[in-house]
Amino acid sequence: MGGFGHYLLSHLDTMRREFWFLFVGGVANGFLYGMVAVGYTLVYGVLRLINFAHSEIFMSGGFAGYFVMKAMIGPTVPSGFATVYLIVIGIVVGGVVGAAIATLVERVAYRPLRRRHAPALAYLISAIGASYFLFNLAGKEFGRYSISVPQPYVNHTVFTIFGAPVQLYYLVILIAGVIMFVGLDRIVAKTKLGRGIRAVAQDAETASLMGVNIDRTIAMTFIVGGALGGAAGFLFGLGTGVVFTMGFTPALKAFTAAVLGGIGNLRGAMIGGLLLGVVESLSVVFVQAAYIDVVAFGILVAVLLIRPTGILGERLGRAA
Amino acid sequence: MMMTIFQNLSVRRFLSSVAVVAVIAVMTGPAGSTEAPTAGFTGSFSEKSSFFGLFETIRWVPFLFIAVVFFAVWTLWLSRGEQLKGGVSKALAAPRSATQRRPVRWGITLVFLFVAIILPHVISDPFWQAAMVEQIGVYILLAIGLNVVVGFAGLLDLGFVAFYAIGAYTTAWVTGALPTPPLFGIHMDPFFAIPIAILIAMLAGIILGAPTLRLRGDYLAIVTLGFGEIITIFANNLYGITGGSQGTAVIPHFSLHLGPIKYLWGLTPVPYYYLTLVFVVLFLAAFSLLEHSRVGRAWTAIREDEVAAESVGINPLKYKVMAFAIGASTAGFAGVVTASQSNNIFPSSFTLQFSINILVLVIFGGMGSIVGVVLGAIVIQTGSMFLLHSPPAGYQPSDLYIYLGALLMVMMIFRPAGLIPSRRRRREIRLSEAGEGHADEVLTGEQP
Repeated sequence: MGGFGHYLLSHLDTMRREFWFLFVGGVANGFLYGMVAVGYTLVYGVLRLINFAHSEIFMSGGFAGYFVMKAMIGPTVPSGFATVYLIVIGIVVGGVVGAAIATLVERVAYRPLRRRHAPALAYLISAIGASYFLFNLAGKEFGRYSISVPQPYVNHTVFTIFGAPVQLYYLVILIAGVIMFVGLDRIVAKTKLGRGIRAVAQDAETASLMGVNIDRTIAMTFIVGGALGGAAGFLFGLGTGVVFTMGFTPALKAFTAAVLGGIGNLRGAMIGGLLLGVVESLSVVFVQAAYIDVVAFGILVAVLLIRPTGILGERLGRAA
Repeated sequence: MMMTIFQNLSVRRFLSSVAVVAVIAVMTGPAGSTEAPTAGFTGSFSEKSSFFGLFETIRWVPFLFIAVVFFAVWTLWLSRGEQLKGGVSKALAAPRSATQRRPVRWGITLVFLFVAIILPHVISDPFWQAAMVEQIGVYILLAIGLNVVVGFAGLLDLGFVAFYAIGAYTTAWVTGALPTPPLFGIHMDPFFAIPIAILIAMLAGIILGAPTLRLRGDYLAIVTLGFGEIITIFANNLYGITGGSQGTAVIPHFSLHLGPIKYLWGLTPVPYYYLTLVFVVLFLAAFSLLEHSRVGRAWTAIREDEVAAESVGINPLKYKVMAFAIGASTAGFAGVVTASQSNNIFPSSFTLQFSINILVLVIFGGMGSIVGVVLGAIVIQTGSMFLLHSPPAGYQPSDLYIYLGALLMVMMIFRPAGLIPSRRRRREIRLSEAGEGHADEVLTGEQP
């Protein structure tokens, strides 16, 4: 007991000292997980399937952002208005490319199966094939190595919170994340498209009888989810760099976040993402950095065992 | 014929043909880099190359030609007249073909066995002899193991490599090749590792499967996907136990000491070939019996309609865990063979790529069809070895995975039941497409 007690106390002390520092990083990561998790949850809502190709939508957003930054940033690091402008461009391009790839995946890997009423197993396999094809093709065309993205700003501490520095990079993610989450929440709750998505999620057959174009709604769901995933890919690449396999781990964690919050539930995905980001970041105190990915996996298994419906519960098709 | 083509032209179809062929051109073209991101794409069309040494030309010329031919074939295919659509009754009434009669089947089996036995004497190229053991024999074992999970029970396991790794590392442990002291403190022969590896892999399968198999099928897919990665992380970082990324110490070869008979499997592939062949035949026989046993029928029932199966007293969870554990132990067994044959194991050999590769073998051959899976494994692995042995211009070894990914998609779109479908599986897929039954619905199970 003495040994373990000492172990726990010393780690708790580290935790007390490092808490805010880790918390800030965790929130930033959490926003990224949330943005990707939203894509899983939306597609799950309308198709009742996990979109295994979502990781590659994230990856394509990362690469799109990289090429835009590379083309637009000269030898000097931009500042001021140019920074804001470049970040917005990066997010938009990442989002557009993500949406385009998502549409492509839907058209090629999902729609022919849907026309045929294929069994669900076929969708999963087809989506895995798509994911596999896309990231290996990216590896061939862009090289199988990691590369850092040209920075649109000099990353510095903007302000401190309880002594913990908040970097500009984190602030960018935070602002972009809040805007995207609120926007998405409103789109799903208020617009005609959102009503369509909710209707298809509740009961596709009835929705179709009520005049909802199912094909179009499903395509739009992929576009919306893909746009957020692609934008998240750009933001992730900005901090970590891009590589053709970059989608795998963040996507697995985002899926964990979606399940944690309650799959099919938009707000759940966002909360799940934040929670996972923070928990994962704080777990650094207790486990070695190499095992961080194991923590997320442990959370996934634990949630599936204890409460498979997640924190907020599955709420397919209800307003947000 | 020309008339038929001209009467059924469609711009959209032509553009689709061009798009498909363009993707193939990019897939087979030169590689690019982040410095020159468009080099790969432009090179795929503008580079000069020779096709099978026949004629040297700029790549877009033959590819445009292929696109036109593809378009013509597609157009003819669509206008081949209305198919008789039997729907459900057609699916039910598929007659037994000649190859499905028992004497014919036994004949074919014996011919295949004969060919398998004389094969290493026909092929003397050491590359191919090694490939027949490491890349074909072991992969057949793995594929028929995964077939139990995906084909028989209809569960998607994307972390199959984890159990393979567990088998391999157990072998290293038992034979004393790990930094940790070996089991029972003695360095045993890899033969003794077989039951232990099977047991440990099976236990791992049960521990992972029991909680997850209660849930929807696609959760299983993602949990196994994660598990495959986790195992690699542990193998890489537990230096004191696994030897970390440096790999293990030398794992001994199989050896036999039965009274006067002493035999040591060495570095030459041929003895290993026959050993693997014996293992493959044993497993094939076991799984063929299993398919038509009570357990096999229970799997079919669960796959086709879980609720109905449950209502006649089949415990779905029990049988799913059983399938998962049998698949896992087969992978563990294959791990023993690989570990002993290759002498060293490294965490880097147990990747997601590997799990997907095995999945492709099962899907391509035909889920649930043992013959199909074996032939699928032989065809795909021979093909990939051929690409490795004499690569065409611009081909890098990792490009294989682009083709495998595309193949998964193409199979699901055009021939979901596989190359040589299992009769039952094809019937299920047809029925499901006609709106009857719930085969492979993944969505059944305990809905949260």
